[in-house]
Amino acid sequence: MDTPLLSIRQLTVDFMTETGDFRVVNGLSLDIPRGKTVALVGESGSGKSVTAQAILQILSKKAHISGGSIVFNDAVSNATLDIAALGAESDAMHALRGGRIAMIFQEPMTSLSPLHTIGDQISEALVIHARVSRAEARERTIDALARVGFPDPKRALSTYPFELSGGLRQRAMIAMALITRPALLIADEPTTALDVTTQAQILDLIKELQTETGMSVLLITHDLGVVANVADEVVVMYRGRVMEAGSREDIFRNPQHPYLQALMRAVPRFAMAVDERLTPIREIKSATLANAHAPERIEPKGPILKVENLTKSYTLRSGWFSGKIRTIRAVNDVNLSLPTGTTLGLVGESGCGKTTVSKMIMRAMHPDSGRVLFDNGTGPRDVFELEGAALTEYRRSVQFIFQDPFSSLNPRMTVYEILTEPLRIHDIGTPDERYARATQLLDMVGLDKRSLRRYPHSFSGGQRQRLGIARALALEPRVLLCDEPVSALDVSVQAQVLNLLKDLQSALGLSYLFVSHNLAVVDYIADTIAVMCRGYIVEEAPKTSLFRNPVHPYTQALLAAVPDPDIDRPLDFEKLRADRFSNPSQWPAPFRLLQGEAGVMKEIEPGHKVRLGSQAAEEAA
Amino acid sequence: MIRFLLRRVVTMAVTLLIISALVFFIIKLPPGDFLTNQIAELRAQGETASIAKAEFLIKQYGLDRPAWEQYLVWIGVMPGPNGFSGLLQGDWGWSFEYDKPVTEVVGDALWLTLLVNLAVVIFIHLVSIPIAIYSATRQYSVGDYVATFIGYIGLATPSFLLALILLYYANRWFGVSIGGLYDAQFADQPWTWPKIRSLMSHLVVPTLVIGLGGTAAMIRRMRANLLDELGKQYYVTAKAKGLAPRTALLKYPFRMSLNPFIADIGNLLPHLISGSVLVSLVLSLPTVGPILLSALKSQDQFLAGFILMFVAVLTVIGMLISDLLLAWLDPRIRMGGGR
Repeated sequence: MDTPLLSIRQLTVDFMTETGDFRVVNGLSLDIPRGKTVALVGESGSGKSVTAQAILQILSKKAHISGGSIVFNDAVSNATLDIAALGAESDAMHALRGGRIAMIFQEPMTSLSPLHTIGDQISEALVIHARVSRAEARERTIDALARVGFPDPKRALSTYPFELSGGLRQRAMIAMALITRPALLIADEPTTALDVTTQAQILDLIKELQTETGMSVLLITHDLGVVANVADEVVVMYRGRVMEAGSREDIFRNPQHPYLQALMRAVPRFAMAVDERLTPIREIKSATLANAHAPERIEPKGPILKVENLTKSYTLRSGWFSGKIRTIRAVNDVNLSLPTGTTLGLVGESGCGKTTVSKMIMRAMHPDSGRVLFDNGTGPRDVFELEGAALTEYRRSVQFIFQDPFSSLNPRMTVYEILTEPLRIHDIGTPDERYARATQLLDMVGLDKRSLRRYPHSFSGGQRQRLGIARALALEPRVLLCDEPVSALDVSVQAQVLNLLKDLQSALGLSYLFVSHNLAVVDYIADTIAVMCRGYIVEEAPKTSLFRNPVHPYTQALLAAVPDPDIDRPLDFEKLRADRFSNPSQWPAPFRLLQGEAGVMKEIEPGHKVRLGSQAAEEAA
Repeated sequence: MIRFLLRRVVTMAVTLLIISALVFFIIKLPPGDFLTNQIAELRAQGETASIAKAEFLIKQYGLDRPAWEQYLVWIGVMPGPNGFSGLLQGDWGWSFEYDKPVTEVVGDALWLTLLVNLAVVIFIHLVSIPIAIYSATRQYSVGDYVATFIGYIGLATPSFLLALILLYYANRWFGVSIGGLYDAQFADQPWTWPKIRSLMSHLVVPTLVIGLGGTAAMIRRMRANLLDELGKQYYVTAKAKGLAPRTALLKYPFRMSLNPFIADIGNLLPHLISGSVLVSLVLSLPTVGPILLSALKSQDQFLAGFILMFVAVLTVIGMLISDLLLAWLDPRIRMGGGR
């Protein structure tokens, strides 16, 4: 019984490239004990996903297993198989894949086919591996959906993935993987694309199902907070090799390898001192940035950007053939103010309206009512009334940094073209001056000027995000709107980009509106934080008082759901199980908001405001 | 659903009305018409008897009235010399060139055209889909290169040239004439079993010739679409479930890659009619293509107008069919929409 379920020995996987073979996994050995969770940790490109694909033999065509063994000891069939020796399309491998070893993926939207119902896709996994009648398959699919927490499993059978939220999609993936009762579940970044609260629920679900079925889990992640909360054993990978392996206790209490220690230092934590700086594995060095200073201009007396009573609704049609129209209030009476040279963090789950707010500030979208005031030193003016030269000047002053560094850069433009395009649009400078500005910008974000002739695809995710930042800086803006700028990046690169943003702010006197769902990141970079839920700002405070004394139940739930890379501060799954905290009508009094009610913001200590239901507010007054 | 269909039918009717106006006035754009040209010719030859008949026809069909009146009479919303008799009443007019009602001139040709084109569409899909799947799943293999090469040749060869070559060699090697859609002896015979058999055997060459270019283009597009879909995550999921590659391929990426082709059905129908004119001429196929060509050249206005309207109706119906099929196949379209 003590033989591990899966033992990998000296596994090597090679990729064929035009310049010869490239070894992605290099002599990897690890054991997955029965009923335990093993976390495989590393940055992107470390070979952890390739390892998972090798176990299932679903490597891309360019990759092949070139050595080593993957021995699978199945207690049910009492067979011992070396997966590495099996053919990828052999019968034995087909039976194993999805039957005894199942896998779930990072992006629950793209991992499910949009053309087939959830019920079809889940029952298919069962029908392949077990002799069941249609009715039986249907019954068991309903059971599986109920088990993973679908509120109405019967109805869910005939829904399509795009009708579901990200969390429910991932639950459907889990149901699909577990319906055959596999001995091993491989979870490849299962929660990276999800909100913190949903992440906590999914992790909880996987844990629960594990105790119920006794399966083993191979969890692939780059999030040390997740590892600290769910793993029994940890394997740290770097460039295809195992750097360090051991029990969770050993790894977190006593990290030995310098790489692991560095990784730990790169994660933002709540317990950080006010002036403590993250230590990225590779720090950006820039002479230009060290000598840079803010351009000479009149600074506004009040806040540089002010949002007043901003409201925006969307209308949705519920179906193509029916004329029913629903109205959704995406942004509801939002007030924000951004003092010059500071960072305002806007936090909330996906769909809470934070991106809509930033788009309206950009004037990429018109609000139903409300104003956005921008002060360029000559007094505040309503952004939506700007025209002609004033509007052009506003466009120069406010720039955007996007979430996805892959789709936000035009793949057909060179870095030089990307960086000088804003200058060309605004007709600034001679070609020589533009060239000088481009090299200066590149140096500011720590990239070599030889990159100017290259195209975006030849850069890594972190480097691309730095290119995006350089482009945003080209016009010497006053305000940067950062929409989830680091959520697509690894922890080590995330620390690097966050530090860069901090340095740029102090050197150039920039003001940031920083939108994110990651509280630890916002805590690290922001001065003031506003928490948003269902279009409302529910709590707003300087960061020290918000995290020391969260008042609103939604803020508390958000904070409780962030996995901390500290095994002494585990997640309280029990508390997070109730799914009530994002519904305003279910908040406890005095925070409860009835249908259509906006409530009022009340200041409970200097700068710390929280939204109360109007009834409660009246009683207090 | 019913509301959607109603809305579509109304927009279709409006579209057809606009097309009919465009068609009619474009045909009328050159100065004169078939009859005035003929009268001028007859005058030159001094045949007074025929002139009287032509002038009678001008009166009969109101060709001496202004164009907009002629148009309204043609579509049947204004009484002509014979009361209301236009497209709406099912009276398709008179062909001056053939001296017969349009119905009789077009008659069989219309249905034969549809038959040929249906055969071509089926041929294109039957041939190109398997080849495209083969090419996409074995990208950069020898087979892929061979299919690609043949595809380029198919794209680059003018189909009328191919028709000429086949015509020549079929006659030289097998001693058969592949022109026409049935043997000459059946020309004015009623439809009997031997005539149908003859039609079937004559259908092979035109289908091949007309379909080749389309097949090549379809292979290229299908291969590109499928290659995109093969890299998608849901295909990996399907394989990770334990599905055999072939089943996984057909159920997921293949179905996803079909959308653009279904969306294309509406364009396919009219293109096939106008696109096969040259081949029809070379192979002397009794389809509407050559008839349309000569009608346009001689300003035989009712004949040309009717054929163009027929193509327009086909297009509009094709669009409706492809929209309905898309909605049926793709739940995102069925349930999405609105913003």
